[in-house]
Amino acid sequence: MLGFWHQILAGVATGGIYASLALALVMIHQATHHINFAQGEMATFSAYLAYALMVSGVPYWGAFGITVVLSFALGALIERVLLRPLAHAPDLTLIGVFIGLLLILNALCGWIWDFTIKPFPSPFGSRPLLGGLVSSAELGTIAVTFVMLLLIWAFFRFTKLGLAMRAVAHNPESSRLVGIRVGAMLALGWGLAAAVGAVAGMMIAPVVFLDPNMMSGILLYAFAGALLGGLDNPFGAVLGGFLVGVIENVGGAYLVGTELKLSLALAVIAFVLMLKPSGLLGRAVASRV
Amino acid sequence: MTPLLVVRNLRAGYGATAVLHGIDLAVAEAGITALLGANGAGKTTTLRAISGTVHRRGEIRLTGERIDGCRTEDVARRGVAHVPDGRGTFRELTVDENLRLGAYTRPAADAAEDRARVFGWFPVLRSRLRQQAGTLSGGEQQMLAIARALLLRPRLLLLDEPSFGLAPIVVGEIFAIMRDIRRVAGVGILLVEQNAALALDLADQACLLETGRIVVAGPADVLRADTTVRRSYLGY
Ligand SMILES: Nc1ncnc2c1ncn2[C@@H]1O[C@H](COP(=O)(O)OP(=O)(O)O)[C@@H](O)[C@H]1O
Ligand SMILES: [Mg+2]
Repeated sequence: MLGFWHQILAGVATGGIYASLALALVMIHQATHHINFAQGEMATFSAYLAYALMVSGVPYWGAFGITVVLSFALGALIERVLLRPLAHAPDLTLIGVFIGLLLILNALCGWIWDFTIKPFPSPFGSRPLLGGLVSSAELGTIAVTFVMLLLIWAFFRFTKLGLAMRAVAHNPESSRLVGIRVGAMLALGWGLAAAVGAVAGMMIAPVVFLDPNMMSGILLYAFAGALLGGLDNPFGAVLGGFLVGVIENVGGAYLVGTELKLSLALAVIAFVLMLKPSGLLGRAVASRV
Repeated sequence: MTPLLVVRNLRAGYGATAVLHGIDLAVAEAGITALLGANGAGKTTTLRAISGTVHRRGEIRLTGERIDGCRTEDVARRGVAHVPDGRGTFRELTVDENLRLGAYTRPAADAAEDRARVFGWFPVLRSRLRQQAGTLSGGEQQMLAIARALLLRPRLLLLDEPSFGLAPIVVGEIFAIMRDIRRVAGVGILLVEQNAALALDLADQACLLETGRIVVAGPADVLRADTTVRRSYLGY
């Protein structure tokens, strides 16, 4: 029984990573109506930044903070430089830009830090806690992702800026009519998504080790989580990310073995989407005219 | 006295299609100008051109200052509130959030005062604060749209067919409130309306738009007596 609960908690820990990345995907999707294929590589690049800072002697949490801030700035910069000029470009152009960004960031990581796999420190150690129910690394990851998701939620729910960003996601035209600077909100959204991705990258790097392709599989799970919960609903995406993490872990341990756990997760998602195509919490606005 | 809004030789369109071919109109301080015309004449496009949601050329002055080079968000920040075609409500957000967005550019103290005043005109909104705006009735949504616009504390209100799709009794209510808004808040209104009789009753000035050109303009009572207007729009 202890083993079962441990699998659940380990699933919540990786699920938190998927949930964070799924949230980042949803935030960009709301602004651009596209999946940012480069979200994983952006997170990888951030993890490399943190690595570089730590190698040059900055302590873990200092490197963590600086990386989040730098990633935010880089995300906003990507919106300004790459996306803004393409605001009215056709869909295919935008998809091309995302794929291009993915390749560039991937190559950049390899070029600056080479392609060899590197260990990445965890500040939480790996002691078993509560009689083996959970490891300190898992518990630390869970705590960090929960605090981050809570902060993001509070920002969107309680601040004027957060409200303005939600307004822009729903209705950019009306947002302009009330005086909101839509361009600034979009840049802010990219910045936040990049910062959230950076945290996810730094949390997963000790588990999968640092290499330019470390996020490709993770992004697939995150995308699955976002689809499962509803691509247009941030709560859904977060919930979906956690569910995918738990299904993957528990299913891998008890049902199908680790080789098939990705297939199992994807099968569950396909099943849910057949019943409810907009995802578990996908948009269903009651409306009258 | 400089009029609140002066529009001269305004041209606008969608892509290569020109819709407005050089329009002149004005709204006096705290005045109401009605913009009448058949479907497709370009009334909605005129309002969009003023608030900058379509590409436009020509001269637009707000109390003498050119605003034709301003982006939409800056036109709004200068005190032009546009209740667009289709109301422009944030349907997925709550009534309360819609109202907070209306006051987005205002300092908190002003916003609280304006909110109290707006609830005086539209008490029903106060009891719907937590409700998702998309679930309101048509009349309530129109009230919310006007309330949201008023919270910008505008000098000029652009209203696009506020009576559209509403029961006559609700339309009467909304028009009575508009009369009051002009008197109390001193807001100028550019009113686009299908119901010409109603609009001419409320407005002091009126213009008649036909395929992107103003064909008749003048005081509202003069237009009411004009044969063209009477035959085509008033039906007697
Ligand atoms: N978004 C648009 N794209 C292209 N053409 C449009 C658009 N909106 C309106 N038009 C065209 O512009 C003309 C004027 O439309 P509009 O300003 O909506 O008229 P009105 O509000 O007087 O009914 C019409 O011929 C209409 O087909
Ligand atoms: Mg119209």
